[in-house]
This record gives sequence, C-alpha cells and structure tokens, in this order.
Amino acid sequence: MQSEKRRFGAFTKRLAVGAMVATGAALAVGTPTLAAEEGPTAADVQKVLDNVWILVAAVLVIFMQAGFALVEAGLTRGKNVANIFMKNLMDFCVGAILFFAVGYAIAFGGEFTGLGRFIGGDGWFLAGDGVFTYGNLDKFTFFTFQVAFAATAATIVSGAMAERTKFKSYVIYSAVISAVIYPIVVRWQWGGGWLFQMDTPFHDFAGSTLVHMTGGVAAAVGAKFLGPRLGKYGPDGKPRAIPGHNIPFAILGCFILLVGWYGFNPGSWLGADPVIGKIALNTTLGGAAGAVLAMLVTWFKDGKPDVAMTGNGLLAGLVGVTAGAWVINGLGALVIGAAAGTIVVFAVTFFDRIRIDDPVGAVSVHGVCGAFGTIAVGLFSSIESEGVVKKGLFYGGGADQLVSQIIGVAAVAAFVLVTTTILFATIKATVGLRVDEQEEREGLDIHEHGVPGYSPD
Amino acid sequence: MKLITAIVKPFKLDDVKDALKTLGILGMTVSEVRGFGRQGGHSETYRGAEYNIEFVPKVRVEIVVDDTDVDRVVAAIRTAANTGKIGDGKVWITSVERLVRIRTGEEGSDAI
Repeated sequence: MQSEKRRFGAFTKRLAVGAMVATGAALAVGTPTLAAEEGPTAADVQKVLDNVWILVAAVLVIFMQAGFALVEAGLTRGKNVANIFMKNLMDFCVGAILFFAVGYAIAFGGEFTGLGRFIGGDGWFLAGDGVFTYGNLDKFTFFTFQVAFAATAATIVSGAMAERTKFKSYVIYSAVISAVIYPIVVRWQWGGGWLFQMDTPFHDFAGSTLVHMTGGVAAAVGAKFLGPRLGKYGPDGKPRAIPGHNIPFAILGCFILLVGWYGFNPGSWLGADPVIGKIALNTTLGGAAGAVLAMLVTWFKDGKPDVAMTGNGLLAGLVGVTAGAWVINGLGALVIGAAAGTIVVFAVTFFDRIRIDDPVGAVSVHGVCGAFGTIAVGLFSSIESEGVVKKGLFYGGGADQLVSQIIGVAAVAAFVLVTTTILFATIKATVGLRVDEQEEREGLDIHEHGVPGYSPD
Repeated sequence: MKLITAIVKPFKLDDVKDALKTLGILGMTVSEVRGFGRQGGHSETYRGAEYNIEFVPKVRVEIVVDDTDVDRVVAAIRTAANTGKIGDGKVWITSVERLVRIRTGEEGSDAI
C-alpha cells in the first residue's frame, strides 16, 4: 500500500514537471532527475482509472434510489408519501447489508461448475482473499457497484405495491429479494452461470432482464397478491384514475433516474474505456426516443400529452436499451427506445384492465420493456464478440442470439414468478400483506409510521 | 352591516382585490375552495384511465361592509370577475348581527 502511494506520488510530480516543460519554464529550472525514478506503468494507471470510474458509476446508480422514491411519491397520494420514502430508504439500507452478508457470495462466489452454474456460495461477508472481483476492480469497488444494482431491482417493486402494503411485510419482501432471489438471477449470467455458459451466451449488458425484469415480475406478483387499491375500480368494474399528488416530484424523479442511468449502463463496462461513450450515446437515444413516443402515443390516443406517462416513456426507453447498450448502434437504440415508449403506454392500460393495480407503471416499464429490450438484442446486436455475444437477426447473425435471449428472459421470468409467488404467499399467510381498510383510507403515513408526510403549519 | 360572499375564478382574484381597494375597502378574507355549479365538472385522462374533475377550483372572497356600500361592492365584483363564460361564480349578501374587532373591542361599523 505504502509503495503504491509513493509511486503515485512520483507520478503526480512527473506530470507537474511535464507541464512545466510544456510551458518552457522547466528549461530555466532544469530538474530532469525525477524522470529517472521508476514511474507507474500504463497498467497501474489503468487500474486506478477503472476503480475510480466504477466507484463514480456506482454512486450514480445509488442516486437512482432518490429518483425511484420521487417517481413513486409523485404518482401516488399525499397521505402515503412518508411511507413511500421510508420503503425506498429501507430497500437500500436493508438490501445493502444483506447483499454484503450473503447476496454477493450467492451471485459471484465459488466454482462455476455443477451446482455453481445456478448458485454461488463463497465469500460470505466479502471475507477472505479469494472473493471474486472483475478485472482490475478492487473487490470492494465491484461490490459497491453490484449492491447499487441489487437495490435497484428491489426498489422497483415498491411502486407497484404502493399505498396499501404493510410496512413490515414490505421490508421482509425487500430483504429476501436482495439476499437471495436477485443474487441467484445474477449468478446465472453476470456471475458466470448457466446462461453465460450456453453455446451462444445470453447477453444482458447492464440488466434489462437481470435487474429490471426481475423487479418488474416481482412487482406484478406483489400487486396481484395485494389486489387493487380501494376506489381503483368503479362499480361497473372499469378502471378509474387515481391521479398522483405531485407531478413535479414524479418528473424530477425521472430526471434523476436518467442521470443515474449514465452510471448504470456505461458503468457496466466495468472499466474505464472509451467505449463508455458509445454506451452513453445509446442510453441517451433510447431514453429520448421512449419519452417522445410515449408523449405522441398518449397525445393521439387520449387527446393530450400525458405528463406522467411521458416520464414512464423515458424510463421505458432507458430500460429497453440497457440490455444492448454496448452491442446496438445508434439506430438500434432509437428503434428500441421508441418501441419501448410505445409499448409502455399500452402495457399500463393492459395491466389496469386485468386488475393488476400498479400506481407507477413499474410492471410495464421494468417488466415488459425489460423483457422486450433483452429480446431486441437478438435482433439489433451489431457486434460479434467471441464467447460473449453474436450479431442479431437484422445484422446477418442469424437467430442464435435471438434464441438465447428468449431462453434467458423466459428462464429468469419463470424463476422470479415462482419464487416471488412463494414469497408473497408466505408473507400473506403469516404477517399479512395488506393494511386494513380504515388504514388504507386514512393513509399509511399516520398508521404505519405515526407521522404525516405533510404536517400542518 | 352585510357579509358579501363571492365565489370567483382563481385567476380573477387580483382583479377583484384591485377593484375593491379602489373603492376603499380595507380588508377581505380569501379561501381556496372547490365546487361546481351549472358549469359542472369535466373529464380528463390520466395514464390512460378516465377520471372526472367534478369539483372545480374557485376562490371565495368574504367582506363585511356597511349597508350603504353593498351595491357599489357587488357591482365592482361583478365587473372585475366577469369573463362572460360559464363558471364565473356568484355573489351573495347576508346580514351580519354583530361585529367585534379582536384587538380593540370596537363594535359595529367601527370594527369594519
């Protein structure tokens, strides 16, 4: 550690001298002796850059928690706002401790053969020398990046279950998905498991399926078990709108999520490399196209451009390009983003009709568009990389990648569907899932937490 | 003394206030209210689902005046709050039995 510091101290000095040479000042001073010292190699510099960039990216992804909290709070009623922020706070805090304790070991630890293709089991509490990490990254840097993703998967569900879930039941769900369900899904792909070991590996660059669809499917199951909010359906059975109490919150949340996505996608390169520029471009185009299309579709369909739905469109586009953020080109990003922004509008209406009451559209944005974006890699991939990804159907690569994408999406969806069904059924049968009717009418803030979100002056 | 209560469109509040100040009215109480009259509500779409806005936002202005000022004040409010479109609101007048200024204890017209 000490020698490292000294070497980089020398490196900094050398840069300073170099700058002086460039301005001509060093000609007069003339101290070239430092150059004779042994400097850091290019590999040393790369290692530092990789760690710095990925830690910054991790922080951006962690900031997305604020975005999720604001979107959810904005699209629901003011009487539940404190409960919603509390759930989002605990998603990260409970999830982080459990992902540190067990989740990381399940996702990345141990051998990659036999049972290890499905579940890891080494490196509990990140202890020991053999804990897995990626490339140049310090294991703690890699953990910080991964824990941010685990928290994202967990918090997606909060929105779909908003305004009627018992707080303690929500915390139990959140703990289990961060500790076990999400890590197993990650193991299959990013942890080097069976999806990654297929002849044509499944490709999910930054987690359209592993993070977003996992959250989206769990959200659908949770919302289904809960049933719709009181008043969501009229006596005739038709869905009724329950407008959110703060649209500026919701859209500010979308902006924060957009910013965070530049850590989510470009950070998933797991190193500092110029290719992150291309990944950032695809992220930009996908999100923008999603928002524009959602705006246009609601405008034509309902007569006015729907603000909240346009925010959903932005997120849908971002979710859509997340799987292929590296392998698609700009045109692919525009097409996938636009398609996702269109799909999300109809998906929200669809889930309304089948009585899955999802106040923020989490199932549509993350579940449906996550699956779509992942499968779209099999169509729009324009890169061939040995043992990682093949070109898609539209770029002369045949159907191999498309088939692998469908297998991956179907396997993860089925696994999450089954495990979260067991989870929510167990919670419902033991501590209960839903608050009583009086509490739901009066708001969760007072009954669950003893404090209103907005106190009178 | 009379209590004049006016329900007006929120964006007309400033015009009403200015008109009353011009008349020399020294105080008023304003509250944000919701309601409907002949205008009714209207339906909107939120995230693909329809909903009705049955109660439209309005502002209620309350002023206590001497009997002799009633006609001038009502006329001023009518002029200031009028857009000619449905939903402009109403003004009504009720008798006030007694009026007390809390700070000084003055009563009646002195307390206006």
